[in-house]
Amino acid sequence: MGDCDLSDTNRINWKIGGAQGSGVDSSARIFSRACALAGLWVYGTREYYSNIKGLHSYFEVRLSPTPVNCKVDGVTFLASFDAETLIRHAETVENSGAIIYNNTVLQTPIEKVDTINMEVRQRVIRRLESGGFTPDVAGIIKEAEGRGIHIYPVQYDDIIGQTAKKLGETQLSRLNKIINVLAASFSGALLGLDRSYMFKAIEQTFASKQKIIQMNVEGAAIAYDFTENNFKEKLPYSIVPIKNSERIYISGNEAVALGKLVGGCRVQTYYPITPASDESEFLEAHEYFNVSGGKGSILVVQTEDEIAAITMATGAALTGARAGTSTSGPGFSLMVEGMGWAGINEVPVVITLYSRGGPSTGMPTRTEQGDLKFALNASHGEFPRIVICSGDVKECFYDAIRAFNYAERYQLPVIHIVDKGLANCNVTITPLDASAIPIERGKLITPDGQHQQPYKRFLFTEDGVSERAVLGMPGYRFWNTGDEHDEMGHINEEPDNRVRMMDKRMRKLETADKEIPVEEKIAIFSDQKSVDLTIVSWGSSKGAILEVMELLKKEGVAAEFLQIRTASPFPVEQVKKYLSRAKLIVDVEQNYSAQMAKVIAEKTGIMIENVIVKYNGRPISLNELYQAIKLVISAPRKNRRVVLTHGA
Amino acid sequence: MVLKLTDVRTDLFNDWCPGCGDFGIEASLQLALTEMGIDIDKVVLFSGIGCHGKIVHWTNTFGIHTLHGRTLAFAQGAKLANPGLEVIALGGDGDGFGIGAGHFVHAGRRNIDMTYIVHDNGVYGLTKGQASPTQRLGEQTKSLPQPNINSGINPILLALSTGYTFIARSYAFNTRHLKETIKKAVSHNGLALVDVLQPCPTYNDIETKAWYDGEDRRDASGKAVPRIYDVNSQGYDPVVTSKMPQEDFDRKIEQIFRLSNEWGNKIPIGVFYQEEDRPTYADRILQRIPTYVEMPPAKQDIFGTDNKSVVDLAELSRELAIDATEI
Ligand SMILES: Cc1ncc(C[n+]2csc(CCOP(=O)(O)OP(=O)(O)O)c2C)c(N)n1
Ligand code: SF4
Ligand SMILES: [Mg+2]
Repeated sequence: MGDCDLSDTNRINWKIGGAQGSGVDSSARIFSRACALAGLWVYGTREYYSNIKGLHSYFEVRLSPTPVNCKVDGVTFLASFDAETLIRHAETVENSGAIIYNNTVLQTPIEKVDTINMEVRQRVIRRLESGGFTPDVAGIIKEAEGRGIHIYPVQYDDIIGQTAKKLGETQLSRLNKIINVLAASFSGALLGLDRSYMFKAIEQTFASKQKIIQMNVEGAAIAYDFTENNFKEKLPYSIVPIKNSERIYISGNEAVALGKLVGGCRVQTYYPITPASDESEFLEAHEYFNVSGGKGSILVVQTEDEIAAITMATGAALTGARAGTSTSGPGFSLMVEGMGWAGINEVPVVITLYSRGGPSTGMPTRTEQGDLKFALNASHGEFPRIVICSGDVKECFYDAIRAFNYAERYQLPVIHIVDKGLANCNVTITPLDASAIPIERGKLITPDGQHQQPYKRFLFTEDGVSERAVLGMPGYRFWNTGDEHDEMGHINEEPDNRVRMMDKRMRKLETADKEIPVEEKIAIFSDQKSVDLTIVSWGSSKGAILEVMELLKKEGVAAEFLQIRTASPFPVEQVKKYLSRAKLIVDVEQNYSAQMAKVIAEKTGIMIENVIVKYNGRPISLNELYQAIKLVISAPRKNRRVVLTHGA
Repeated sequence: MVLKLTDVRTDLFNDWCPGCGDFGIEASLQLALTEMGIDIDKVVLFSGIGCHGKIVHWTNTFGIHTLHGRTLAFAQGAKLANPGLEVIALGGDGDGFGIGAGHFVHAGRRNIDMTYIVHDNGVYGLTKGQASPTQRLGEQTKSLPQPNINSGINPILLALSTGYTFIARSYAFNTRHLKETIKKAVSHNGLALVDVLQPCPTYNDIETKAWYDGEDRRDASGKAVPRIYDVNSQGYDPVVTSKMPQEDFDRKIEQIFRLSNEWGNKIPIGVFYQEEDRPTYADRILQRIPTYVEMPPAKQDIFGTDNKSVVDLAELSRELAIDATEI
C-alpha cells in the first residue's frame, strides 16, 4: 500500500501490553508524555477487557512530527513484561521493528497461557510449528528474530532489585509497581530519547507525590544505564526532539469534562459505567475550581441508577443550574422515559452518550457507533431533541459547551455522542480555548425582566420557545407534568390544545435548524476544486479518513470528506447539496448497518451505495481504511459493503 | 404576609373520587403551608404518577408532577442544585415503594433536607386497584381477582434502615395531626418521611375510613372505638441523638420495631424516629465545597463579559499541560 511505513525518525508506533492492573496504562502515559515533552505529537489508544485484574490489555502510542488522529496496523516497537503480550502481538511487529521482553517468560509454553482464548492459542501454536519453532515464548522470539526484528531481553527483577538497593528499600514488593516505568524507560533509551524527558514525564505524572517520583526516577535511571551498557546496536529509527508549540496531553473523557466545566455545567449525575465514568470522576476530582473573581463548583452525584441520574439532573435543571449526565448504551436505555419527561416539559438537560459495543452489555470496553439511531429515536411518542456527535478530542470539548447552549436556547434534551474509541484515546492537542464559544442561555428569565401576568411557562410562541423561569423565582410560578398540558403547565387533554402544544414543541427543532450555523452541523474537508470521491462519516472515524485523504491526494485522487456533526436537527439541505453533486460516495461507520447512511436516505432520499463498516469493537486503522477505499474506488458498485476487521 | 388557604389553592377542578383520603392530605398540606410562615415562593412540590400526583396542580406553589416512581429523584436534584428551596415530594405507595423503591432507599443514605409524603392507600388507585407494596399478605381488596400473594412492606422500618432522620406516620382524615406532622417534617433538618394512611373508598374496601375510625367496634355508650391512636400523646418520645447511651438507643429501635408492626386492633400514628444531629447531604458537601450553600449550582454565574465562560481553564488543565520548560 501507499506511504504507511512508519519506522522512521519520529514516526514510531509503540505498543505495550500486559495483564490488566499491571500498569500498562501508566507506562503508556509516561512514555507518551516523555515523547510529547520532546515535541512529538502523540495519539494513543487503550484496549482492555471488561475485567479488573489479569486479563490482557494493551496501549498503542503513535508518535509523529505532525498531528495524527488514528491508529495504524504495523507496530514499530513492542514493550512487554509478560508472555501473553508476545504471543498476541509479536506478529504485529514490523520486520525492522523491536521487541523488549522479560527474560523470565522465555520458557512459557503457549498452551499454558490460559487467559488467551483456546482457538487463538492453537492458531499461534500451528503457526510456530509450521515455521519450525518451538510452541513457547522462545519460539515466538526466534520467529521474530528470523524476520529481522531487534530483540531486547531484559531482567525486570534485576533492575527492581538494583533500584531497591540504591534506595535502601528492603521490601522488594514495594517497588514492583515501577515495572511500568522501567518498560517506558527501556523503550525511551533504545529509541534514543534522552533520559531527562523520561524523568520530567515521571515528575509530571506523579505530580506532588515525592516518594513515588524518587523511586521511579531512580528505576528509570538504572534502566537507562542498563540499556546503554548492554545494547550497543542502534535502531534504524529514533526519537529526535523537535520544537513544537504549547500542547496538552488529554483523553476524550477529560475533554468532555473540561467542556462541561467551561460550559457552565454545575450538576453532573452519573451511575458508574464504562466508558463514561472516567468523565464524572475527573469532574469530581476537580469539583472546586477557580473562576474569575472567586471559586466555582460542580456537584457530582453518584446516583442509584441511570433513571435517577436523568431525573435528578432534570430536577436540577429546573432550578436554573446547567445539569448533565453521562452514560453509555445500557444506562441510556434506562434514561429513555426520563428524557421524554424533559422533552415534554422543555427542560434543558444534556446527556453525554459514550457509545460502546451493544446490545445488552455487548462489548463494554470496546468501541462502536451503534447507538446513532437509538439516540435519534429513543422515546415513546415524539419530542424534539438535538443530537451532536464529536469527531475528535477537540470537538469533544467544544461540543460539550455547545450542548449546554443548545439545551438552554431550545429548552430540550441534548444528546452528545462520543464513541469509546474517542473517549479512551490519549492525545496531544494545542490548548483549548475557554472563550471560543460564548455562553448562551436563550430565553432564561432574569428576574427583573418584564412579563405578562399570569406567567405562562409554555406560552405559545412563533419560534416554539417560551420564556423560561426557574423554581423559586418570585412571581413566576409554574407547573410541570409529564401529561400533555396547557400553557400554564396544567394537565390538558383537549384535542386543540394537544395539536398546538405538539406543534409548539416540535417547532423548536425547526428554529434550531434555522439558527445553528452550518459549520456546527457539518464539516467539509476538501482543498480541491473538483472531487472524485465524497466520503461521508461521523464520530471518531474522522481521524483515519483525514489521513487516508492525504495518502489519496499523493496518488492524485481528489477526495472530500463530509462530516456530520449534528444528527438532529438533520442538516437536510446542506447534505443534499454535497451528496447530489458527488461522483462517488462512500459512507464510513463503525456499526453493522451503516446507520448514518440510513438516516441520510430517510432525510434526503439519497441512497449511498458503497459503505465501509466496522463492528469488531476496535477502532478503524489507517491501513485498513485506505485499502477499503481503494477497493471501492477501483470497483464501485451497487450495495457494496466492505467490512473492516483490523484489531487485536 | 399571612397566607390564607385560598392563596395556596388553585381553582382547578379537583377530580379525585368523593370521599378520597387524598382530600385530607391536600387540605393538611395546604394548611401547613399557610401556618408555617415560610416563603411560599421558595416552596416546590413534586409528585409521582398515581391519583396522588395531581395534588401539585391543586396547590398554588411551584408544582412538578413527575414520572411514576421518580418523585424523589427529581426532588433531590432540585434541592441539591438550589438548597434554598423548600422541597416537598409527594408520592403514592406503589410509586414510592414499588417502582420507585430504589430511590426511596438511596434517598435515605443521602439525608437531603427535604420532606417526603406518601399517600399510602394499599392499592394502585389510578390503574384501578391492584395491590400496592403495602397491602398485606392474603388481603383481597375489591378489584383483586385473587388474594394478595406478597407480604406488605413496612415503610417505617425501611426508612429506619436506610437513613431517614425523621420518620412519621399519620392519617389522611386526621387533618390536625397530619398538618402538625407535616409542619414538623418540613422543619426537620434532614430527610423526613411522612407515611399517610389514606383510605381509597373506590378500591380499598378493607382499610376504609370507617375501619380506621372503628365504626365496627362500639364502646358501652355506642361510640366508635378508633383503631388509630397517637403514640406521641401516649408518651412515646421519638428523639434520638448520637450522644445517647447505646442501650437507650437499642431500646428505642426495639420500640419502633414493635410499634410499626402494630396493626389491626391498634394502629399507631405519630413521629416514630427523629434524629437531628446526623449530617445532611449539604453538610457533607460543605466539607468539600465550602461555597456550596452560599453559591450552590443554581446561583453561580457561569459567564462574564461578552458571555465568556468564567472558568479558569488554564488552572484546571494544569496537570494535562506538557511543560517542557525545565528540561
Ligand atoms: C413506568 C410506568 N409504569 C406504569 C404506569 C402506570 N401507572 C400509573 S399510576 C400507577 C399506580 C399508581 O399507584 P400508586 O403509586 O399507589 O398511586 P395512587 O394512584 O394509589 O395514588 C401505575 C402503575 C406508569 N404511569 N408508568
Ligand atoms: S381511586 Fe382511590 S385513591 Fe384514586 S381518587 Fe379514587 S378514591 Fe382516591
Ligand atoms: Mg396507592
